[in-house]
Amino acid sequence: CHGPGVCRSGREDMALPCARLPRARREGTVRWSSAAKASAVTITEKASREKILTLESMNPQVKAVEYAVRGPIVLKAGEIEKELRKGIKKPFTEVIKANIGDAHAMGQRPITFLRQVVALCTYPNLLDSPSFPEDAKKRARRILQGCGGNSLGSYSASQGINCIREDVAAYIERRDGGVPADPDNIYLTTGASDGIATILKILVSGGGKSRTGVMIPIPQYPLYSAAISELDAIQVNYYLDEENCWALDVNELRRSLNEAKAYCNPKVLCIINPGNPTGQVQNRKCIEDVIHFAWEEKLFLLADEVYQDNVYSEGCQFHSFKKILYEMGPEYYNNVELASFHSTSKGYMGECGYRGGYMEVINLHPEIKGQLVKLLSVRLCPPVSGQAAMDIVVNPPVPGEESYSQFIKEKESVLNNLAKKAKLTEDMFNKVPGIHCNPLQGAMYAFPRIFIPSKAIEEAKAHKMAPDMFYCMKLLEETGICVVPGSGFGQREGSHHFRMTILPPVEKLKILLEKVKDFHIKFLEKYA
Amino acid sequence: REPVLTPATMNPALRKVEYAVRGPIVTRALQLEQELWQDASKPFTEVIKANIGDAQAMGQQPITFFRQVTALCLYPELLIVPSIPDDAKDRAHRLLGACNGYSAGAYSASAGIEMVRQDVARFLQRRDGVPASPGDIFLSTGASDAIMSILKLLVSGSGPSRTGVLIPIPQYPLYSAAIAELSAVQLNYYLDEGHCWALDVAELRRALAEGRRHCCPRVLCIINPGNPTGQVQSRQCIEDVIKFAFEEKLFLMADEVYQDNVYAEGSAFHSFKKVLMEMGPPYSETVELASFHSVSKGFMGECGFRSGYVEVVNMDPQVKQQLVKLVSVRLCPPVPGQILLDTVVNPPQPGELSYECFIAEKQAVLSALAHKARLTEEIFNRTPGIHCNPVQGAMYSFPRIDLPPRALAAAKAQGQAPDMFFCMKLLEETGICVVPGSGFGQREGTFHFRMTILPPTEKLQILLEKLSSFYTKFVKEYS
Repeated sequence: CHGPGVCRSGREDMALPCARLPRARREGTVRWSSAAKASAVTITEKASREKILTLESMNPQVKAVEYAVRGPIVLKAGEIEKELRKGIKKPFTEVIKANIGDAHAMGQRPITFLRQVVALCTYPNLLDSPSFPEDAKKRARRILQGCGGNSLGSYSASQGINCIREDVAAYIERRDGGVPADPDNIYLTTGASDGIATILKILVSGGGKSRTGVMIPIPQYPLYSAAISELDAIQVNYYLDEENCWALDVNELRRSLNEAKAYCNPKVLCIINPGNPTGQVQNRKCIEDVIHFAWEEKLFLLADEVYQDNVYSEGCQFHSFKKILYEMGPEYYNNVELASFHSTSKGYMGECGYRGGYMEVINLHPEIKGQLVKLLSVRLCPPVSGQAAMDIVVNPPVPGEESYSQFIKEKESVLNNLAKKAKLTEDMFNKVPGIHCNPLQGAMYAFPRIFIPSKAIEEAKAHKMAPDMFYCMKLLEETGICVVPGSGFGQREGSHHFRMTILPPVEKLKILLEKVKDFHIKFLEKYA
Repeated sequence: REPVLTPATMNPALRKVEYAVRGPIVTRALQLEQELWQDASKPFTEVIKANIGDAQAMGQQPITFFRQVTALCLYPELLIVPSIPDDAKDRAHRLLGACNGYSAGAYSASAGIEMVRQDVARFLQRRDGVPASPGDIFLSTGASDAIMSILKLLVSGSGPSRTGVLIPIPQYPLYSAAIAELSAVQLNYYLDEGHCWALDVAELRRALAEGRRHCCPRVLCIINPGNPTGQVQSRQCIEDVIKFAFEEKLFLMADEVYQDNVYAEGSAFHSFKKVLMEMGPPYSETVELASFHSVSKGFMGECGFRSGYVEVVNMDPQVKQQLVKLVSVRLCPPVPGQILLDTVVNPPQPGELSYECFIAEKQAVLSALAHKARLTEEIFNRTPGIHCNPVQGAMYSFPRIDLPPRALAAAKAQGQAPDMFFCMKLLEETGICVVPGSGFGQREGTFHFRMTILPPTEKLQILLEKLSSFYTKFVKEYS
């Protein structure tokens, strides 16, 4: 199996881990049980007896999970780093982790105001300190008042701190030009991933041919395929159009849906906008078409919008699914079920480590909302420091406030920098023979297509690796640059890609891109 | 038109999930609070949330040093501020150096910041006197997160081969919720109320044999100190449990989040890991164990940071890799929480600047809790009909209440469990919110409620007396 996204046509000869096969074909573990009973245990038995929890006895759904962004190539990068620290000589002096959308790890600075407010909340003695501006203190006091015992250390309500949910709703209204948002529809989460996994969990039901099918873009962010595997749902792939800047084509949605109906019950349509790994920013018409399709085909819409602040290309603009839905009028707005996700990890904030996020749910059945809160309550609440960070994201300094000028300077600096790097990356990759890079309209990644000669494909096969994994491993070993092979995200059969972040500082990024270029040319020559 | 996602079409396993600690009684408590805001015509002036083990919500103060270090890491500009002591700054420097890009905003490794895992290992070595390896330690988003991950790994099979999970009754309802969500099989073993909630291996054996008739029991969950029961297991008991797990091939899960909350004379915390290692081979080399800890309880009470860890012992190396893979999908636990955890396992030492203040704060919290544990037991036991076992540890009392037959009938008429009926009435008339025993499990025909010992001492005394009077009135009314 080449991993999520490649198996297009329900090939039955595919090995077990393919989440797309109907459930009935999955291997059970009944055999383990009789084996276990057969191996009676006595006190005098040697310590080398079979363990209770083994690859064979463990949860098969967990075994099927893959997450390429921190997968084999990153493990290898970690090993190489250890070797470098031991003084082992390599053709490079450092490993560059261009595999993960982590801006701070690559040197981006946090937004001062956000950190001030969270520090004040963490150690409220600082509220008496002259080193903090009054507007930061005001925000901190408000957050603390929303906390039990006025402390970040208390559990919050499972849905999140009330005043923060109100701030999120206000932010959404401002962002969407006045389209109303109800705090009651806002749920703070432990990163967007938490919200996405929770909604998917609630949606999955049925068995055999009625098992829930989840439509996901190919290429996708592999949280989706991982969640689908873990939940034993059915992954239904729809292909983005590489020739058209990774556009989403409703005809392809229709093709994918109709094929899937033969073996599952497709109920969910996942959209990532701006896209990851592809960076495409959907235009208004496209979003309308998708909403209409979801309405027509009765699909629950998941809109992953964590990159909503990362839009670079001229002529591209972020439109939230919620806003468009509303603007399409009551038949859509009162019926289409939608969950939209945002996060503190991306944008101009880059606060990945805080695990802050929220989701806004529209048209959720009231009893489902009750079930949702019940489910969330088992885990008590999202981390309160992350909730505080989210509050600053949606409630930043405004003109007239003391901290505004520094805030806006920092924000614009980060975003301009990213836009510059997006263009730089696209331009440099497109100068390399055998690399084709679509414009990086948004998000934080390049996902160039790479030509891999057939000799290399053969060698990859011999090593039991996907060709782009083989390529990326060689790249890592020869340059120290760690990127993620396209097979980890899914791609059309026979095409190869890798995902690289645009996050290293400009000068370093230029050097990296040169190195990738040199490597690629050498690679082509070697396997000509 | 009919929505896509309805109670009929949703994940059926989730419908069965319940979590009483934030269940219906708490929903009602919140409503009452709202009503109080709007008009004050109630027999009480505030709602007391004695339902949840959240110390800081009840006024307990955080440990200064922990918050100083964390704040420094979140806003390193504070490293030059004179009002924060140097030992806190040193810790912060060290921790920031271990963060990618020198920032708490970067993702950490999925198992947690390597240096923090090393500090946890050192902590465990100091605590237990036996070696601990950072590679066996996984930081998590609260202990609940790690408990869930481990259970997830363990659940497989179907029908008669479906994984069975032995849990104590009464239990902390994360376990029953997780089992329901994972469609595993819940197997109850009863703690002995007549013997201070002791765990009896004969009862484990009974539960196991019963379980084998319809599923494949693979996991044995222990909560020590107990929640809701507060019992602290003796060393002998722990050895017996370990032997049992060894004999019967059960994966042991030891929930030890209350390890710092031990009050009773003669009670001491013994970690399962330590006892296991001290028992030597074959046990020490064979028994698969996962032990859990958290920053939410103890003397720290940092629930909102969502930080904890699991230490795995004798885990199959390939399964460990699978665990690494599983947690990688969610990237990492919250970094501020990891930082705070580091200060907990690496606190000020004698001689350090912050030591005096730290130790005073810690001891104040723990002695207050010990006092309140005794006070609770004492006051409840004064009232005929309320039977409260000694609160040996943790943060709760779980008294048994005798309910007259007319009350049982009234409850039935309302479609409520009798102790829910009692607790609802208590809430409506006194504003005190506790959780009915039915939310934790109890022997048939017995009724309990779980109340925290966390409100400040004077307030707690008043609450205990109010509750006791209410009980007496209630019994009279339904006699």
